Amino acid sequence: MPEQLLFAMEVTLNGLMAGVLYSLVALGFVLIYKASGIFNYAQGVMALFAALTLVGLMDGQVPFAHLINATFGTDVHHFGWHIPALPAILLTAGVMVVFAIIVERLILRHLVNQEPIILFMATIGLAYFLEGFGDVMWGSDIKKLDVGLPQGISETIDTVTYNWFGYGFFIDRLDIAATLVAAILVVTLTLFSQYSKQGRALRAVADDHQAALSVGISLRFIWVLVWSIAGIVALVAGVMWGAKSGVQFSLSLIALKALPVLMLGGFTSIPGAIVGGLIIGVGEKLFEFAVGPMIGGATENWFAYVLALVFLVFRPQGLFGERIIERV
Amino acid sequence: MIYREAGDFKTTYRDDSQTFPIRFDRRAYYALVAVAFLVLPFVMNDYWASAVFVPFLIYSIAAIGLNILTGYCGQVSLGTGGFMAVGAYAAYKLMTAFPELNIFFVVLLSGGVTAGVGVLFGLPSLRIKGFYLAVATLAAQFFLVWLFNKVPWFYNYSASGQINAPERTIFGIIVTGPSTPAWSKYLFCLTILFILSWVARNLTRGEVGRTWMAIRDMDIAAEIIGVNPLKAKLTAFAVSSFFVGVAGALFFAVYLGAVEVTEAFGIQKSFLVLFMIIIGGLGSMFGSFAGAAFLVLLPVFLKNALVGGLGWPTDLAAHLELMIVGALIIVFLIAEPHGIAALWRTAKEKLRLWPFPH
Amino acid sequence: MKMKRLAMVAAAALAVASPALADLVFPSLSYRTGPYAANGIPFADGYADYFTLVNERDGGIGGERIKLIECETGYNTEKGVECYEATKGEGALVYQPLSTGITYQLIPKASADGIPVHSMGYGRTSAANGKVFEWIFNYPTNYWYGASIAIKHILDVEGGDISGKKIALVYHNSAYGKEPIRTLEKLSEKHGFELMLLPVDHPGQEQKSQWLQIRRERPDYVLMWGWGVMNQVAIQEAANIRYPMDHFIGIWWSGSENDVKPVGDKADGYKSLNMHMPGADFPIYDDLKKYVYDKGLAAGNGDQAGTVLYNRGMYAAMLAVEAAKKAQEIHGTAKITPAMMRDGMEALEITQEKLAALGLPNFGPEFKVTCENHGGSGLALVQQWDAKAGKWNVVSDYIAPDLDVVWPLIEEDSMAFAKENNIELRCK
Repeated sequence: MPEQLLFAMEVTLNGLMAGVLYSLVALGFVLIYKASGIFNYAQGVMALFAALTLVGLMDGQVPFAHLINATFGTDVHHFGWHIPALPAILLTAGVMVVFAIIVERLILRHLVNQEPIILFMATIGLAYFLEGFGDVMWGSDIKKLDVGLPQGISETIDTVTYNWFGYGFFIDRLDIAATLVAAILVVTLTLFSQYSKQGRALRAVADDHQAALSVGISLRFIWVLVWSIAGIVALVAGVMWGAKSGVQFSLSLIALKALPVLMLGGFTSIPGAIVGGLIIGVGEKLFEFAVGPMIGGATENWFAYVLALVFLVFRPQGLFGERIIERV
Repeated sequence: MIYREAGDFKTTYRDDSQTFPIRFDRRAYYALVAVAFLVLPFVMNDYWASAVFVPFLIYSIAAIGLNILTGYCGQVSLGTGGFMAVGAYAAYKLMTAFPELNIFFVVLLSGGVTAGVGVLFGLPSLRIKGFYLAVATLAAQFFLVWLFNKVPWFYNYSASGQINAPERTIFGIIVTGPSTPAWSKYLFCLTILFILSWVARNLTRGEVGRTWMAIRDMDIAAEIIGVNPLKAKLTAFAVSSFFVGVAGALFFAVYLGAVEVTEAFGIQKSFLVLFMIIIGGLGSMFGSFAGAAFLVLLPVFLKNALVGGLGWPTDLAAHLELMIVGALIIVFLIAEPHGIAALWRTAKEKLRLWPFPH
Repeated sequence: MKMKRLAMVAAAALAVASPALADLVFPSLSYRTGPYAANGIPFADGYADYFTLVNERDGGIGGERIKLIECETGYNTEKGVECYEATKGEGALVYQPLSTGITYQLIPKASADGIPVHSMGYGRTSAANGKVFEWIFNYPTNYWYGASIAIKHILDVEGGDISGKKIALVYHNSAYGKEPIRTLEKLSEKHGFELMLLPVDHPGQEQKSQWLQIRRERPDYVLMWGWGVMNQVAIQEAANIRYPMDHFIGIWWSGSENDVKPVGDKADGYKSLNMHMPGADFPIYDDLKKYVYDKGLAAGNGDQAGTVLYNRGMYAAMLAVEAAKKAQEIHGTAKITPAMMRDGMEALEITQEKLAALGLPNFGPEFKVTCENHGGSGLALVQQWDAKAGKWNVVSDYIAPDLDVVWPLIEEDSMAFAKENNIELRCK
């Protein structure tokens, strides 16, 4: 096989893997948008907060250490314990549930029946708040996240492809792990929403708020539920991206990577988020590979949007979005 | 008691449809304009000009611009940063290519260039609607920034890709460049803001504005009653981009004097201006000012209060500042979901009756 | 408008409360928040701790106490402007903005206001030409020198011949990252190596395309101009594709503990340039412990001592203090003004004796600032990360840049700036 084709195949595979990571972020947006019509601007900051909490718990950091030290003149930093990864992840998931309850209590409850733009605005406020709060709570230095995920080139794929084509493909083991986790997450979510009572209630609310309320589904409970799930998805996304770069402020910017995915896949569709992510991942990587060198590179950021734009011109509701029916 | 409209009779339609129909409002407005033009320039120092007023005025222009598009015409845009960059780079190219050209016209021409670019990226709005439209403007945002970063012609082939504003004058008074006195910076921006907000106010309540609002409220219905959606949407994009471009030109030439496109006009700027109009109030002139004030002045105020006033460490203060801004947004929302402008209206309603309960 | 008035009244009340000019004022435009906080914190701590030490141990500079005003910029240019305007009225002697954007922004402004700016190894490279930039200093070294030093190091490793080799530059796609390109292009003409440019867009969390390309084309060396999250991801990706780490060389802003630690053991062998020594193995740390840490006066969390960026902050403060001493000596007064400070900076000379006397033996290179040359000697060293020991080892002497290549470039760029802004040349 010609070399360029092999390279293109490798780029495509890596693009798919990157796409999975984008989808993970986009999933959190879709869940909340579907159930409550809120575009949750705070999703990226939630990923950061969840990852910070996870690292903080694992390393036994004292929350608000800097604030305490500055106010009382003490010098506390660590509790001196280390929690293994799994219990720490479960604890963090618990924190995200508590967070969801607080959000419902203090914000959403007071904004029932408001327009989407107003709820969007509330999440802007939440994002500002959480950004400051996360920093005060855990400090703003870079933290190493080690939950035992594999990293580095996958030897097996390298050898196998080398034997086949004479060129070893590079696949990051972290990406493979992320793909597995994403698959498990999507399957669990699907099973949950198809077969559990709460899941059905969730879908009912997503379908029609009023009708769901009239058959006795508690909107508040549903809101807590989706925000908890979105928080846990944020945690997963935070762990995956944090394993690459360490946990730091920039983690909150991964939300930007999800935007074109959402636009492409539609705000209301979980398969849309997955397929959209894959298309964006492959598209931007291939474009950078094929055209990037000719026009100076670093095209990925804008190409994702241009790609989404081209799709939207033909399908204005996104790939899997609900059909827009317009009545006067 | 003080704020009332009793005895305020209108005898002509002209009187009846003026911007400030209540005499008290009108007087307060005249007083504010008089103070802004005649008093503030004389008491202004560098800090107040560069850190407080000039950014506030410039962001107000950008917010009015975006409000025309999003608030009045209902088209969500996340490309404000990119369009501001167009204004800034147009201003730079015009300033360096035609050193004789008066800076006032440079700023207006930059707005014109931006209007053209805005229309181009507004074309998809004819097909894509609602939140999905944001993708078209986001494409503009990222593509334009990439372009200005990549093509050396835009920054005159300088080694670093930064652009610097040379010194320009109006009537012999320096308005750009490092030796600009505080008051001239301020007055220049204020004059432009004054003219532009006057234009915007009259556009939005005239025929063009009404077609915009018809499109916003329901575009199909608007089409049926004879509004041309192509014309309405594209004029909204053009006018809005003109404002944003002027803001970008001022941001570069008067406020910062040197900018780098990725840092100054990134996606964060687009979000910031969008937040301004949402928090201030969509479809409200007052909201544009209030939102700009909220997000420009409040952080400066909080920082001074926390660091200067209470002596907190700067990092804790910065974090607390974010938390307070965020919490305030939420509190405001719960109190009045339609932005500061609506809060203001409610306050005025209450004031009219005060001190009598009914 | 109610909001505005309220804010005005309150802020005015606060502004009035600021104290009168008395001490030597050094503003610290730090960033302890935002995307680059992890790098801003150690620098700001080192900067603050050194001034505290001078105050506590020596009672200030020449008997005048130092007042350090810290102002949070968050690496944001607009906040930087606010900080500059807020502190300049207090008699600030020198600004060290620690951000490319803020530096560019301050160059014309501070020159007009007559306050020196010291951008140590960042900012506008051509500010090294003192004939054009009267108020701007960027000693001891700058990016173009850095590019040349990195190539010289490669020449050393390769035994003097790198013709036909391929060198890739992975850079932050911004003004900062694009700095070395022109120099590297000139050098590739001179030495005959092939240059490969790989821009990474801000913030740089996704670099798969760039590293796949490196894996395919196998450049012999990779240079990096990165900052923030881009550094950690790049080092991680390099480790992932098993790129030989000792052939991967970062600029001094891509060579702190923050950049390699999140990657763990696999970052072992990564190299970076540095303009001073890493580590806490200097007598000054005894003084710092005695006068600063033990008294509970350490800035921030006090856990940054000995890191690369803490040392850099300390170095920046030390150079400022030495320049202030020089200024006091020249003008015969302890109460110096920004203009006197500038004279001190222009007459600054750092020798090994001086460094040793300060408790920092062999900490930085020797250099001398002159009217024409605001850029110092440009010397820098190469350090290598030892993941097991968790520290940076110095693996080269101080390397001098190739002035024949770089200085004409500086001359060219600064002259263009002078022409554009009608600046008359000094130092005749």
